[in-house]
Amino acid sequence: MCLHFSTTMPLSTQSQAQDEQYVLVASLDNARNLSNILKAISFKDHAIFSATTNGLKVTVEDSKCLQANAFIQAEIFQEFTIREDLVGFQVTLTVLLDCLNIFGGSTAPGVSTALRMCYRGYGYPLTLFLEEGGVVTVCKIKTQEPEEPIDFEFCSSNVTNKVILQSESLKEAFSELDMTSEVLQITMSPSQPYFRLSTFGNSGNAHYDYPKDSDMMELFRCTKTQINRYKMSLLKPTTKALALSCKVSVRIDNRGILSLQYMVRNDDGQICFVEYYCCPDEETDDE
Amino acid sequence: MKFRGKIVDIACLNHFSRVITTISKLTKTCILRLTPDNLFFVLCGKVANGGVSMWCELSQANFFDEYQMEGMNPEDNEICLEVAPENMSRALKTVQNAKVVKVKLTKKHCPCLTIVAELPTLSSVSRVVTHDIPVDVIPRRLWHEFKEPTVPDFDVSIYLPPLKTMKNVVDRMKNLSNFLQVIEANLNGEMNLKIETDLVSVTTHFKDLGNPPWGDGASQGSSSSQSRDPEAMAEARVDIRRLQQFLMGQQVNPSKAMCNIVHEKVVHLILLHDDMSLQYFIPAVV
Repeated sequence: MCLHFSTTMPLSTQSQAQDEQYVLVASLDNARNLSNILKAISFKDHAIFSATTNGLKVTVEDSKCLQANAFIQAEIFQEFTIREDLVGFQVTLTVLLDCLNIFGGSTAPGVSTALRMCYRGYGYPLTLFLEEGGVVTVCKIKTQEPEEPIDFEFCSSNVTNKVILQSESLKEAFSELDMTSEVLQITMSPSQPYFRLSTFGNSGNAHYDYPKDSDMMELFRCTKTQINRYKMSLLKPTTKALALSCKVSVRIDNRGILSLQYMVRNDDGQICFVEYYCCPDEETDDE
Repeated sequence: MKFRGKIVDIACLNHFSRVITTISKLTKTCILRLTPDNLFFVLCGKVANGGVSMWCELSQANFFDEYQMEGMNPEDNEICLEVAPENMSRALKTVQNAKVVKVKLTKKHCPCLTIVAELPTLSSVSRVVTHDIPVDVIPRRLWHEFKEPTVPDFDVSIYLPPLKTMKNVVDRMKNLSNFLQVIEANLNGEMNLKIETDLVSVTTHFKDLGNPPWGDGASQGSSSSQSRDPEAMAEARVDIRRLQQFLMGQQVNPSKAMCNIVHEKVVHLILLHDDMSLQYFIPAVV
């Protein structure tokens, strides 16, 4: 499918000359390949967009302790043209999502919204051209100066424990989590209980154990016993990304910082990644 | 004053029920006018309902197997009632399986529209259900307020896009907007819906909609319609909630749907179904 905006656009904004004014142009035949993954990280109003020749990274942060990143590689897009090394801007994510779903976000087979996302640079709005069934909607979303995302300085060499699980197994646990517990405790160890999720709520303590030889465990690499607690309110949003994913990697580094990486398959079977970084809860001191 | 009607066909009952449900989604109360040939549901534009007005016309023969009405006197052979359509809708939903439904004007503790139906049960004895819907009788001297609206001197008349698409778009626009929506259209079959706030502007372009041929009889703007630039847009800025309300209420696709725009004054929506017609006027916000 090819978007012929140049002939159908009544605003005549899509001439070749105009195109050269954009520092970023990204097109998708199916806007859901962007909107679904953005929904998975939409726990805060603002999102920082960062584009390079590799593709698009969208970051959402909460109270300096939680950061979500969605990666959509350039190959996912039908067109991805960038005229600078790095293009960055910030938009209100809820507004962007409403625009991407302007035609109602129908999940009917064969019906999809085509998207062309254009950005002229600092001070300009983010322009979206959306088309479904011959009807075109143009959205201009005000952009802000992008905030600098936090660098958690998380690197593989400092990872103490790592597991990769099939999402199925975690989905059940996360849907049943005792929300009256202020924290989610994660235990990772080379010995029993190997990988354990614990809550301490009004109904008592609950533990979910995943043995290292379980079918669901695709990779088990734990070197040292670590027990860390994370605020439940911070981890709750990760459930959206978990729901979309087929696999998740859980890593904790030597400072107790948690990295969750979700492998997400889009409508066309292509792989995208969503990752979350979360700082451990410092308030409660384990004896 | 007398009114008795009987519906025996389940399809007619269904359609009647659907019409009333549509009306109930548009307004909490309205006027029901009964004449020998028709039923009209009327809402006249008042500040309280955001100035919108509505005119819904049904031909009684399309629904009723038996229909008898008698006004106050032969010269004023009409009955005018104020009713809450939601009450009628609920009552009709409970009798949707009935073989026969009777509607009549009665006087219980107050004037009522009474709906009586026999419902089938598992045993041989049927169950009779009666609903008394309180109504207010509108006196003759006020009838002039509820006359059929004239088609306004519009600048552009255009067929509406598929209502479902319009509804999807308007729903999202309402989330984004500060309640104001611009509707504009031209004689080239193009219609745009727009919202604009500090954060975002969204415009949806509908094309190839077609313009209804009203002919010389009806008004076509200040007699310059022949020379009106087909590209020129007539626009009106309206309260998006009114438009959303109108679209939410539509349960079935009409056979014809059109929109007349009087530039910066009013949006006049007309839906024609096989068995009823509905007109809805949304005033422009100054």
